[in-house]
Amino acid sequence: MTQHSRDLSRRRLLFGGAAVGAGVLLAGCTSNEEQPTEAQTKAANAPGGNSEPGKQVTIGFSAPAADHGWIAAITNNAKAQAGTFSDVEFKTVEAGADAAAQRAALSTLISQKPDVIVLLPHDGKELNAFGLEAMKAGIPVVNLDRAFPDAKAYRLQIKGDNYGMGVAAATYIIVQLKAKNVANPVIGEIAGMDELELTQERSKGFADTLAQAGFKVANRRAARFTADSGQQEASQLLQALPRMDALWNHDDDQGIGVMAAINQANRKEFFMVGGAGSKKAIEDIQADDTPLKATVTYSPSMASSAISLARLIGQGRGMSDLVELQVPKEIILASETITKENAGDYLKLGF
Amino acid sequence: MSDVKDTSTAAPARGTDLPAQSPPVDPAETVLASEKAGGRLSWWHGEGGEGARRNLALIGVLVVLVIIGAATRSDLYSRPDWVWDNVLSILKLASVVGVVTVGMTFVMIGGGIDLSVGAIVALAGVWCTTVATQSYGAGGMIFSALTVGMAVGLVNGLLISYGRLVPFIATLAMLVAARGLAAEISDKQTQVSDNGFINGLASNNVLGIPLLVYILAAVVAAGWVLLNRTTFGRRTVAVGGNPEAARLAGIDVKRHTLLLYALSGLCCGIAAVMLTAQANSAQAAMANLYELDAIAAAIIGGTLLSGGRGTITGSLLGVIIFATITNLFAINGLTTEAQNMVKGGIIVAAVLIQQVQFRSLTQFLGRNRLTRTT
Repeated sequence: MTQHSRDLSRRRLLFGGAAVGAGVLLAGCTSNEEQPTEAQTKAANAPGGNSEPGKQVTIGFSAPAADHGWIAAITNNAKAQAGTFSDVEFKTVEAGADAAAQRAALSTLISQKPDVIVLLPHDGKELNAFGLEAMKAGIPVVNLDRAFPDAKAYRLQIKGDNYGMGVAAATYIIVQLKAKNVANPVIGEIAGMDELELTQERSKGFADTLAQAGFKVANRRAARFTADSGQQEASQLLQALPRMDALWNHDDDQGIGVMAAINQANRKEFFMVGGAGSKKAIEDIQADDTPLKATVTYSPSMASSAISLARLIGQGRGMSDLVELQVPKEIILASETITKENAGDYLKLGF
Repeated sequence: MSDVKDTSTAAPARGTDLPAQSPPVDPAETVLASEKAGGRLSWWHGEGGEGARRNLALIGVLVVLVIIGAATRSDLYSRPDWVWDNVLSILKLASVVGVVTVGMTFVMIGGGIDLSVGAIVALAGVWCTTVATQSYGAGGMIFSALTVGMAVGLVNGLLISYGRLVPFIATLAMLVAARGLAAEISDKQTQVSDNGFINGLASNNVLGIPLLVYILAAVVAAGWVLLNRTTFGRRTVAVGGNPEAARLAGIDVKRHTLLLYALSGLCCGIAAVMLTAQANSAQAAMANLYELDAIAAAIIGGTLLSGGRGTITGSLLGVIIFATITNLFAINGLTTEAQNMVKGGIIVAAVLIQQVQFRSLTQFLGRNRLTRTT
């Protein structure tokens, strides 16, 4: 070996060693050995849970006076949940028949100076201005289920997943039909009130998911969330489809009528999926003696959760299981699928 | 198909050309008068055939609807069992509104209007499906529905005839109040009917025909007889055509008006039982906008909004036409929005066609010619 080559090899060694050293150093940088502070995690059994009483909070509540089981359950749940807290005063105003009536009712609510307002608007777009106004006046607004377009109009938004409901219903139907090896299935759909955005989202989720499996809705009728309209639309849908494989009905309340129509037409060649999760529907699923085999939830229990969270917001506390000191800004409930297997668990949430 | 003869088209200024002392009850007189004016006409072309011609036009519309249905869903119409089944489904669809419309036709012929029918159906339905009522069995449920319906109708009638409220306002108030009471009673919940007999009304057939269709037929037959073959019917036309003349002729107009609204309420009670049977439940929001369905059916059936003219057969055909449209749109998978637009169009078209076709076409043309020359 020449002198020159020895020099080279020494240089190589030098560079090589430096490179390895740098590599180790870099690797060391990525593994940050420093422990996170206590504040950034939450001990599993930390004291100070949300159920401990805090400062007195007045919660104002408003939901439409619609005569529908789901809305009735929303109001009842909210009232019952507020009743469980010793530190919550619950003030409710009926929202009347439309957005204008609700706005008028809400302005009387503001004058009573509640700490937090929980509100299921007739229409999120129409009551957006109210949300802005209340927030500006320093009253946090919890929007229940019908979103405000403006993010400044609410402190917290808690809602169901309408698109996800359609997805869940379609997913159940696809799995069942694939298991039965049905090619070209005939799928029917009884929607709720078509002019509502939530109905459109549900149908879109349903159609999109079916399309991914190569299926489509053969016939769709829109009822009005009432049993009698459900019966009417279902009776006509059954006329239109002399043979059907699966049916999704958006709402279990109108489902009473849909089931009646199915019985009256004496049809049982298909299975049906419901929506929302009423007590009667869950019982029927559990009993397993009707075409109703599943329902996808859109649970009015969200009203209870909204009241619990409104209390925390009023007290300036966060959710005890989460690390953050304040309640999050948006919560979207997952739409769950209730079948015969898990119906027992969900029965207590049925309305 | 004969019905109450028309007095209004022959005499546009109704009542003014009739001597106030003589009872205008017998429309035959006015028919004779118009025939003298317009030359001798056969029964068919004269006023007597007016209702028949009107109804024939409606049957024509029905035939067209069925042809469209058969053309668009030939796969379904090629099966006789399905066709029969579909006819029954249309009749079942028409049955509840049909019964309401019979009551509405009487009220409208009598010169009034009842906007509260949908609300009465809901109230009677909710009332008859409470846990307490259901414990009395089917008899108790039917009794309470009919009684509640009639009682609410009586309140309407009292407000209108003795309280001198305009029918539009009195029944509008009742629409709001009855739905409110229904929501209060039901606590906004859907009340499920567990009664096998009531639910069976909608699911059981006799001789292959659903019981609901028999009920509709019975109510329509009773309504037809009441309107065309009894003094009550004649008085109804008289009261609606010219209340002042009817009063002078010795008819107790107030009492008669009261009875008309009670009759409408009774029909709503019957409809409530039928709808509860169909939906196996009742709730405060049910029978939504039935008032408009019933008024629309009566109007395309030839009932005058101002009273004095109308036929039970025409109203029935009107209801069946609307049910057929719903069916036609359903079997073709078209949207409810499109269906509602077509319904609106048909209401306007039906009234327009009837105006042109039946307002004595020759007279109409003659008048045009006159105005052109002068």
